[in-house]
Amino acid sequence: MTRTCQEIAAYSERLYYDLEFGSCKAWKEDGGGHCVGYMPVYAPREVIHAAGAMPVGIVGAGDWLEVIRGDAYYQSYLCHIPRSTVDLAVTGRLEFLDGMLFPSTCDVIRNLSGMWQMLRPETYSRYVDVPQNFDPEIGGRFWEHELRELARELGEVTGTEVTDARLRASIKLFDENRAVVNEMYALRRDQPHRAPTSEVYLVLRAGNVVDVETHTALVREYIDTAKATDRPDMDNSRVVIVGTFCEQPPLGLIKSIERSGCFVVDDDMLLVSRWFTADPAPDGDPFGALARAFVDHTVPTAVMYSPTSGRGKALVERVRRARAEGVIFAAPSFCVPALLDQPMLVAELDREGIPYTAFKYSENTGQFGPIREQTGTFADTMKLWSAA
Amino acid sequence: MAPRRPDVDPTAAVKDRSMQRQKELIASYYDRLAAVPETGEKTVATFVPGNLTELLLSFDIVPILPEINALQSGMRQKSAGYINEAERMGHSEDVCTYVKCDVGMLAGGNIGPTGKILPAADMLLLSYTGCFTFMKWFELLREEYKCPTVFLQTPYQARGEVTPEMRQYMIEQLKKVVIPSLEQLTGKKFDIDRLREALTLSARAEDDLVAVLESAKHRPSPIDSYFGGVYYIGPIFTAFRGTQEGCDYYAMLRKEVEQRIADGRGPTTPEGDLEDERFRLVVEGPPNWTNFREFWKMFYDEGAVVVASTYTKVGGLYDRGFRHDPSDPLGTLADYCLGCYTNLSLPKRVELLSDYVNEYEADGFLINSVKSCASFSAGQLLILREVEERTGRAGGFIESDLVDPRYFSGANIKNRIESYLQMVDQKRSAGVTS
Ligand code: SF4
Ligand code: SF4
Repeated sequence: MTRTCQEIAAYSERLYYDLEFGSCKAWKEDGGGHCVGYMPVYAPREVIHAAGAMPVGIVGAGDWLEVIRGDAYYQSYLCHIPRSTVDLAVTGRLEFLDGMLFPSTCDVIRNLSGMWQMLRPETYSRYVDVPQNFDPEIGGRFWEHELRELARELGEVTGTEVTDARLRASIKLFDENRAVVNEMYALRRDQPHRAPTSEVYLVLRAGNVVDVETHTALVREYIDTAKATDRPDMDNSRVVIVGTFCEQPPLGLIKSIERSGCFVVDDDMLLVSRWFTADPAPDGDPFGALARAFVDHTVPTAVMYSPTSGRGKALVERVRRARAEGVIFAAPSFCVPALLDQPMLVAELDREGIPYTAFKYSENTGQFGPIREQTGTFADTMKLWSAA
Repeated sequence: MAPRRPDVDPTAAVKDRSMQRQKELIASYYDRLAAVPETGEKTVATFVPGNLTELLLSFDIVPILPEINALQSGMRQKSAGYINEAERMGHSEDVCTYVKCDVGMLAGGNIGPTGKILPAADMLLLSYTGCFTFMKWFELLREEYKCPTVFLQTPYQARGEVTPEMRQYMIEQLKKVVIPSLEQLTGKKFDIDRLREALTLSARAEDDLVAVLESAKHRPSPIDSYFGGVYYIGPIFTAFRGTQEGCDYYAMLRKEVEQRIADGRGPTTPEGDLEDERFRLVVEGPPNWTNFREFWKMFYDEGAVVVASTYTKVGGLYDRGFRHDPSDPLGTLADYCLGCYTNLSLPKRVELLSDYVNEYEADGFLINSVKSCASFSAGQLLILREVEERTGRAGGFIESDLVDPRYFSGANIKNRIESYLQMVDQKRSAGVTS
């Protein structure tokens, strides 16, 4: 039986709201093996997979968990994702994880890696220090070694050695996954009325908690169904959302932006799913290929160093490629990478005459009225500008 | 009330010779910077944690240290205006106020803390050690200065250890990126012997600094390792590591402190010597700079002396044994960067704080959590609990900011410190009677 877009989204939404991670536990029970969590922004999921584990994206608890214990670990002036993640941990919801990776996204996640060592000393965890030097001989070599170490340790956790053949196979699966995700993004860019972000996001997000092949099939199903489904087009403004790469905006916020008259035609949510702008080399040493892809083909984002000035240029390119009329800066409150990046991006948009608006959110923001009003006014203004 | 010598005029700041000398050194550094348009010296902006002062000096480069500029601006009550200006330009209220202070200062004509115009940086040496903000800060400055930016990544000591690969990664970056860039900037060839000479001088000054810091193990402690400590680390954290002047300063300071021990004197405060040491504390976190004196007074008025602090280790953990080593010039620079306090994992920070509490026989420890700094602050509440558990000593927690006076609530902090010290007292008496 074929499912409608709404049904696929509804399935994905059930996964989204499942703070007990039922899909991961079921996968484990079905003989899947192990589950290894990772936090935003980037983790080498291929290596986790090659070690026989399901990579599980942990992005906090959104707006449907009342964080009580996690708040006792963080001051009010830090973002929300670490406190809800700690809450998930101390309430036992992450017990099913056999390991946890903390990428070098920012100091909050970095320090959380140390907290984890103290809070969950019995489970494997690792800080994943990605290179900020993009010379293959320097940063590339360092990263390749990190990948090998990670593989070795994960192999010890799962009992499955990460051989070259296994890693090559995993890389291929994630290449396929990235390709369909990119295709879904292209569909939304070209026909946003057929693939609203409130659905695209949920389908994308399902990739955090199902195995990669299942996810690839899910995205494929969604694309095919969306293409075949007639939905009324609307005279919305086309916007790119920037700043949502770590702590996730609540679903209600995404819906509010759409309902206020915007088509989101590009965003930076869950960037791990489309991190490489080109596939790793299919032949040769797979560790080397992954490392090389990282230094050569990483998507520009606030958490990665930009060796050349003009950080905003990449954003302008994205805006042009997406044929967007404006940019919405949506940054989590107290998000250092997003908020420090913003002035540089804004300066470039100003130079290019691209309109933008900005607000802050938290994953548990409950009041969307003011934001809806703001983005609605923004959408109207863009329409007026483009009509003028 | 403050237990002080009765003959001291409380309105007059009493200074040791070393304090005067420290002031002169810092002033001479700013004068040197101001004179750059005439002298033509090259300047490189960089950060305190993971600074490569000896390497810069070996190329006759003057370092510009934006963090020091910001804290000096804070102490001289200039930061509020700069921060305001940066926020008016679109910088978020949620980010590090050092950055905004710097950006605002630049927008206002780059007039440094001493009132003289600071030169533009010829290069930004983005020594990425222990703080994510550093990266964005220099990306922002790069847009203004339009000068070359050199990136040096220090891997994080997530598991409390330095692996050979981490070290090698740094050495490779030094060899293939940093040094060639400095050669290009100055037109000079890298001179390893000059670097070695500077490293030798560094190690000497570091020995003396450690002796000064460890003097706080005496009772009474002859120094305050936080409020006084920030003066002591000034020269070695700025442009004077690896110089003869730096060495002379630390030798002088050490002598003075040894004399204090011999005389049984307590630490100096802005109102004279503290005579009655009632509380020995360990402090974690940077101080507040805009109300530095007021903050300090809250401690010495209660007879509280900080015997060890982590903030004074952001530019190097010399007291845990590290010394710059002239026999391995690049390796030692790598080790230095890797070992700065901000590059330590949380478990290591807990261990260090607990060790300090025990080694310095502290009555308690206090965290000053600053809003600006996620590198320090994220995880501090867990640190508090862990250190309390390990040492059995009372932990206290206060909140402020570095250079944004809006986040320094004097009355509130004073109340908290007073009740904290009461708690320490009770705990201590309970310990004695039980
Ligand atoms: S939301 Fe921003 S500051 Fe918070 S953990 Fe994520 S990247 Fe770091
Ligand atoms: S975030 Fe902290 S370590 Fe980083 S620049 Fe600001 S005060 Fe310094």
